[in-house]
Amino acid sequence: MISTTPAYQPPPSVPKLSLTNVHKAFGSKVVLDGISLDVRPGESVVVIGGSGTGKSVLLKSVLGLITPDSGSILIDGEETVGLRGRKRDKVLRKFGMLFQGAALFDSLPVWENVAFGLIQGEGMARGPARDKAVEKLAQVGLGPEVADLFPAELSGGMQKRVGLARAIADEPDIIFFDEPTTGLDPIMADVINDLIVKCVKELGATALSITHDMASARKIADRVAMLYKGRLIWTGPAAQVFDSGNPYVDQFVHGRASGPITMAVRA
Amino acid sequence: MNSTSPVTAFLDFLALIGRVLLAFFNRVGRLSTFTALALFHCVTPPFYPRTLLRQMVEIGYYSLPVVGLTTLFSGMVLALQSHTGFARFAAEGAVATVVVISMTRELGPVLAGLMVAGRVGASMAAEIGTMRVTEQVDALSTLSTNPFKYLIAPRLLAGALMLPLLVLVGDIIGVFGGYLIGTYKLGFNPSNYIQRTWEFMEAMDVISGLVKASTFGFIIALMGCYNGYTSRGGAQGVGQATRNAVVSASILILVFNYLITELFFAR
Repeated sequence: MISTTPAYQPPPSVPKLSLTNVHKAFGSKVVLDGISLDVRPGESVVVIGGSGTGKSVLLKSVLGLITPDSGSILIDGEETVGLRGRKRDKVLRKFGMLFQGAALFDSLPVWENVAFGLIQGEGMARGPARDKAVEKLAQVGLGPEVADLFPAELSGGMQKRVGLARAIADEPDIIFFDEPTTGLDPIMADVINDLIVKCVKELGATALSITHDMASARKIADRVAMLYKGRLIWTGPAAQVFDSGNPYVDQFVHGRASGPITMAVRA
Repeated sequence: MNSTSPVTAFLDFLALIGRVLLAFFNRVGRLSTFTALALFHCVTPPFYPRTLLRQMVEIGYYSLPVVGLTTLFSGMVLALQSHTGFARFAAEGAVATVVVISMTRELGPVLAGLMVAGRVGASMAAEIGTMRVTEQVDALSTLSTNPFKYLIAPRLLAGALMLPLLVLVGDIIGVFGGYLIGTYKLGFNPSNYIQRTWEFMEAMDVISGLVKASTFGFIIALMGCYNGYTSRGGAQGVGQATRNAVVSASILILVFNYLITELFFAR
């Protein structure tokens, strides 16, 4: 059992996040077919793959929102598959997550969204939590005047920024990014990519992202893994992704319609 | 081939019965697990008093006009109808008694329950359903907040606590409606009418109505939360959840109305 006091740092040989032979099927449809992946502390791994290849299921399995059928998911060397209640909460406290559609709570103003984990999860008083939220908003380039707006009043790019501020507010060890640039124009996408790199570096956090946007993957990844038909068919340094020699990866990163990959119809 | 076809037809028929039964018990099982889990989270910390208060205001205060108008006109109609009915037996004097007993025992709780099911149950299902399909429910989990505790428990508690208060107010308004018609239209002596109302009303009439109200409030919130929480697949899924919440809550209200009446008054 590894202690979770902040002073304790696991030895660098222990991966921050380690998946071994993870399987998940919905009915007869196999979504994850034996995924194994290690992410070292401080590393940023991006999983690329087409729509419907199981990227979201992979991420949700690590978060514990979906329970895998078999396999093991270690976080700081500790098994997390099948954890429930308080133990699960304790693991979740190490995580921050930026959702694809930002998933901001639309009944709460922006600052309460950002401070949500602080107020509800850690029991911080509302006053100091608000100050912390404004500080986090500044980190993602938003002024204090945004704090009292509601999420519905913001543009897509601004919502993503608030989502990012919320993901880093708790100062998590591991941050997950679910298609961080989807639905944004290229300039705003690049702004978000820069912010992600900056925030992850500042926190010294480990990052696991899923995306199909190669510009984004190239910018935020140390290492890239390609998911195809429920398996990781290629893993390598981000610099090598454009000359991997793997026909599947080549087709994907260059966005060619013809090649070994055929598109799945059903999600 | 002729000899086998009735057999296969019969087997198909049996298979159909099996499928329907399995689907039914599957649903009942899911709902029971959901209810048990929700009740468990109602009584274990952390609690969210702010959310509870907000739901109490939403269910109790904002439903007052709807419930007030419904019971007012029901009381008025009741006085009018029972007067014309009892005139045949020269028993017009019973109008006040009939109004107060039917209002407190039956019409108050049932009408308030049905109106609130349409108003509050639908909005709960739509709100939680939208939160589900936009990943806000998942976001709660990643911010170490249990969605059952934060979203569902306060709604169930608020429903079970506020409906009795609403019904109490509704009872009074309904009896007042009967009084208005009785005195201004049917020519009863006001003090006589009030005296007859008091004389024949028993504590058990009101208490049984309030027990019903509390049960109905719980059912409305449960159906709203369950259907919203389990909704899938975008706008259409949320629409379906909203419809199911209102229909199932309304039917369950009528079923439980019978069961509770049986419990209190059958000898």
